[in-house]
Amino acid sequence: MVDGIQVAGVSDAHGARAVERQTVYVYEAPVRVWHWVNALCITVLFVTGYFIASPLPSVPGEASNSFLMGNIRFAHFAAGQVLAAFYLLRIYWIFAGNAHGRQIFYLPFWSRDYWAGVAHEAAWYLFLAKAPKKYVGHNPLAQLIMFSTFTVPLIFMIVTGFALYSEGEGIDSWQHKAFGWVFLIWPNSQEVHTLHHLGMWVLVTFAIIHIYAAVREDIMSRQSIISSMISGERIFKDEAAD
Amino acid sequence: MPAIESFYDVIRRQGITRRSFTKFCSLTAASLGFGPVAASKMAYALETNPRVPVIWMHGLECTCCSESFIRSAHPLAKDVVLSMISLDYDDTIMAAAGHQAEAILEETKEKYKGKYILAVEGNPPLNEGGMFCIDGGKPFVEKLKWMAEDAMAIIAWGACASWGCVQAAAPNPTKATPIDKVIKDKPIIKVPGCPPIAEVMTGVVTYITTFGRLPELDRQGRPKMFYSQRIHDKCYRRPHFDAGQFVEEWDDESARKGHCLYKMGCKGPTTYNACSTVRWNGGVSFPIQSGHGCIGCSEEGFWDKGPFYKRLSNIRQFGVEKNADEIGMAAAGVVGAAVATHAAVTAVKRVVTKRETEKL
Ligand code: HEM
Ligand code: HEM
Ligand code: SF4
Ligand code: SF4
Repeated sequence: MVDGIQVAGVSDAHGARAVERQTVYVYEAPVRVWHWVNALCITVLFVTGYFIASPLPSVPGEASNSFLMGNIRFAHFAAGQVLAAFYLLRIYWIFAGNAHGRQIFYLPFWSRDYWAGVAHEAAWYLFLAKAPKKYVGHNPLAQLIMFSTFTVPLIFMIVTGFALYSEGEGIDSWQHKAFGWVFLIWPNSQEVHTLHHLGMWVLVTFAIIHIYAAVREDIMSRQSIISSMISGERIFKDEAAD
Repeated sequence: MPAIESFYDVIRRQGITRRSFTKFCSLTAASLGFGPVAASKMAYALETNPRVPVIWMHGLECTCCSESFIRSAHPLAKDVVLSMISLDYDDTIMAAAGHQAEAILEETKEKYKGKYILAVEGNPPLNEGGMFCIDGGKPFVEKLKWMAEDAMAIIAWGACASWGCVQAAAPNPTKATPIDKVIKDKPIIKVPGCPPIAEVMTGVVTYITTFGRLPELDRQGRPKMFYSQRIHDKCYRRPHFDAGQFVEEWDDESARKGHCLYKMGCKGPTTYNACSTVRWNGGVSFPIQSGHGCIGCSEEGFWDKGPFYKRLSNIRQFGVEKNADEIGMAAAGVVGAAVATHAAVTAVKRVVTKRETEKL
């Protein structure tokens, strides 16, 4: 089944025809596990990243009694590497998983239908359309926002993050061999810090919109949303064709 | 005497003793991070290899590199290297002047084709055909290209030659341009800093003239032996950074105790240089030791990455000078407010629609 297509009378992945409600298996387990690990890591990265740039008030006493900044940085680097590892897993799932698993990694840029879908969804959000359409995967607007303010920026954060990390690891480290090229684009690491920092705010903005949209859609739209990311099943709330 | 003179011949002619010469070799070998065997290798090379001429040219610059260079900590290093250098050409400190001086350039170019080192302090401005820096009656950029043609390698001294420095600060009216953007077909070694540390400069010159090749360089073209670590990696205040002990005001308790200068804008975490190990003025001190943060003088664009006294750099691309937090919080704030409004409108609409359906 092609994602983003509206469905009529679908049966779910297990072949069972739901009587009252249409349900369809959308988010496979790896995607769901990834989602929540990713959300947790990013939350840790937001908080620790912010305090790396603007540290907490000075700690009194002897330096040997405290490792506050060290611990904050450790948490950041640990969460960063877990995030990166799961992102690799998620990329693997583009190929191994179902069609919905691919949606946030591309834009059907040349498809008229797609942009019409974006326009309709935007109209719904601007209170201009009476009702949203039904989608199995992400709606077209969500796909647009996820691709441009999450998927791509996160790759940027991982690349710049590892480049910054390689500075501490030294120029003989694998991190420097793999990510040191970042400093050929921005020779001054201060610039990379600034961009990595701006990237955080892109993701914070995404998170605000995303969580709001998830909660709102859960209430307002014609399909289940939050429970879909927990159980994987999309439940449609009515029987209408679109 | 051999037909082509070696460094040793020149040095002895300058009245330097054999004892000073061997001391110089050991000191330099140590400062380059080599073992004791290298000292005798160096001595042997300097005694037998033909002398490598060094031509030192000045573009748009402030002469701080030369000033640093002649203050090298080990007096013998200075004497020896300076006698090697001044032999050929350095218009600031050489005795010859005018046509006599320019003749040396022609001669070196011919006689030592492909064998001399071109050391460049400063950089050429490219706007208006290079008119903003005239040297010996022609634009410096022409002289630079002309001398570079036959050089073995080029040393780009300081932040000017390596990155552009303050004369290249936005909006860079003269289009001052670092050497590696003008000369593309020669090996270039960058020795950034404003100025670079004296011992780093003499170390680099000695290495190249002794071994006849460039030392190992990093991806950005800097010698690994001096620029592979950040100030922050070897800073003696680092334990205070890790502990979270920061100077917050110039006159607070932490400042007196010598805590980390991160919150006062220290750029040590993003600056590659040898200050925290080699230090300055003969190893006496370096900026952080005297209580002032690093301003990142050996880094690309440091002049435009201010303020020097704030941790976060200003971003100019948005028309106003704001840092990443100010821009990010403004964006997140606008989006947050939009979301709140949207939620309110949604709630009202829902109530209204419900009433309408109930009426039907
Ligand atoms: C969502 C992802 C991430 C966010 C929001 C984030 C946020 C931040 C922020 C705000 C800073 C401070 C920048 C500054 O100096 O102004 C920072 C620094 C840093 N981040 Fe991240 N980061 C993320 C991912 C990563 C990843 C994947 C790594 C790789 C391990 C990483 C490694 C680093 C390093 C090494 C620093 C510099 C620490 C220092 O200077 O002491 N980050 N991060
Ligand atoms: C309380 C917090 C969160 C909730 C309730 C939540 C909920 C959801 C839901 C319901 C979906 C499925 C949307 C759909 O069916 O169309 C989803 C997908 C997604 N969420 Fe979250 N989310 C949260 C936090 C985050 C955070 C912090 C991030 C990262 C910044 C994030 C990134 C994503 C991404 C990238 C997807 C798409 C997954 C895919 O298709 O592969 N989420 N989220
Ligand atoms: S004073 Fe500067 S270089 Fe030293 S530890 Fe603090 S931030 Fe790093
Ligand atoms: S401490 Fe920093 S600003 Fe000061 S000389 Fe060294 S590199 Fe330049």
